Amino acid sequence: MGSYLLRRTLAAFVSLVGVTFITFLLIFLVPGDPAEMVAEARFGHAVGNREVELVRVREGFDQAIPIQYWRWMKHLLSLDLGHSLINRRPVVELIRSRLPATVLLACSSLLLSLAIALPAGLVAALRKDTWLDTAARLFALLGVSIPGFWLSYLLIMLFSLELKLLPVSGYGGLKNLIMPSLALGLGMTGLVARLLRASLLEVWEQDYLRAARANGIGERKILFKYALKNAMIPVVTVIGLQLGTLLSGTVIIESIFGWPGLGKLLLDGIFNRDFPLVQGCVLVVACCFIVINVLVDLLYAWLDPRIRWSTGG
Amino acid sequence: MHKLTFRAAALLLGLLVIIALLGPLLTPHDPFSQNLDLRLAPPSGKYWLGTDELGRCIYTRLLLGTRYSLLIGVVVVTVNALIGTLLGLFIGYGPKGMDSAVMGIIDILMAFPGMILTLAVAGILGPGLLNMIVALTLLGWVNYARFVRGMVLSLKEEEYVENARMLGLGQATILFKHILPNCLGSLLVYASMNMAGVILMAAGLSFLGLGIQEPYPEWGAMLNKGKNFLRAAPHLAIFPGLAIMLTTLAFNLLGDGLRDRLQGEGEVFLIKSEKG
Repeated sequence: MGSYLLRRTLAAFVSLVGVTFITFLLIFLVPGDPAEMVAEARFGHAVGNREVELVRVREGFDQAIPIQYWRWMKHLLSLDLGHSLINRRPVVELIRSRLPATVLLACSSLLLSLAIALPAGLVAALRKDTWLDTAARLFALLGVSIPGFWLSYLLIMLFSLELKLLPVSGYGGLKNLIMPSLALGLGMTGLVARLLRASLLEVWEQDYLRAARANGIGERKILFKYALKNAMIPVVTVIGLQLGTLLSGTVIIESIFGWPGLGKLLLDGIFNRDFPLVQGCVLVVACCFIVINVLVDLLYAWLDPRIRWSTGG
Repeated sequence: MHKLTFRAAALLLGLLVIIALLGPLLTPHDPFSQNLDLRLAPPSGKYWLGTDELGRCIYTRLLLGTRYSLLIGVVVVTVNALIGTLLGLFIGYGPKGMDSAVMGIIDILMAFPGMILTLAVAGILGPGLLNMIVALTLLGWVNYARFVRGMVLSLKEEEYVENARMLGLGQATILFKHILPNCLGSLLVYASMNMAGVILMAAGLSFLGLGIQEPYPEWGAMLNKGKNFLRAAPHLAIFPGLAIMLTTLAFNLLGDGLRDRLQGEGEVFLIKSEKG
């Protein structure tokens, strides 16, 4: 287990470095001159050539790409992601103030999604080829086909405008959390339910479960103690991958519901052409995703001992 | 079940293609002509799906919007599939060093969650049809390349490929005549699901104001306009969303049906799904 942990962490570290490089490269996609944009942010719009050149030299925009990257990384390692071009506050500070809201939304969306998906997948597998199974399949297909932003509007129209049960937007109470969590998690719900069904049906036919049944162990115990644990293995991987979709989905959902999170911050950065802020948000979200996937892999190794044993050497 | 899935997909897709081709013939109205006396009119006999905030016929605009969504989907998926497949064949069959290098890059690109990088690139490049297509293809090829490479690596060891090699057939012949045909089924499944994902992402980008913009009737952009009138004129938000959903549903149904049929033949392929 120890060496598995080590190798997995090492691979994650390589990904992290790669992610910083690609995020750094984003600046070269900015139409126009980044030095000029930084100078404008510092000295106002009527900026002269002299100031632009000053910024270019001081910020190192005139140097070769590897040197610029090295410079950027040195700042990054001391947790300096630069300053926002718009309000000139440190990007790290802006991100820190917005991160909790996004974590809250993502967790609540994940929980809500699993609370629907796991029972649905279980029922679909136990009642295979009945109308319940078909309904679960249709629901899954609808889940991945429905645009989250449209679902948000439908929810607002129904629960806020028609029934007046939930607030249209805002942040704070439990009531504010319900609609964005639903809209964000629906796609994942359908996928996880489908996968659990397929996975359970496969596990069901395995010899060790037949043996357990032959030994007179009750169906309920077989299901919850043996089958479900093994059926969860592929499901856990997909949940890890889907968390990425969930994280990037916050950009749209947060802007609809006025949720003061990282997604909204990124979108504001994009519209204001505030490239240090865009780079910072992309980097933080990607790092979160990498860490989540390491955790998922460890969970996976715990669920499936074959992994730690077979690759442990 | 999958016969039904196929039929539903075929029906929806046929309808969409007809609408995209014949669009203007199916409506008496002009998608751009404004009529301020008729602002936010609800659905009626004359304007089937009502009018928008500038008095334009929503039904007519949705018809035209079909062309944008399908066009973007077809272009992006074709480019992604071509680049990804060729690269996958190449690295799967080529020298080991190149394989590791390209796979390293692919792993890093896949470390970015969902559409966040696409979104950032689209945002930095600025709005517009071309920029959106560039942003969607910059990362879209990755899954194709990974899949084809994996297939090549496993098929390379098959007896029939060994035989072809021993007969002295060239690499290109082996790759394109003997390996590629075996990947096509799974590629088709992925491409149709990818089509749904791309259309959804494109609509999402336009919804955010990062894709196609006014006055062009892109579904996501139309839906965005509807947000100010959820109470007074809900039809502005309902119908464009319905159009997006039916289109993505059609491609997902097609992919689902195709996969069922392939699984019958013993070929299974797990797809990382995308959602906007």
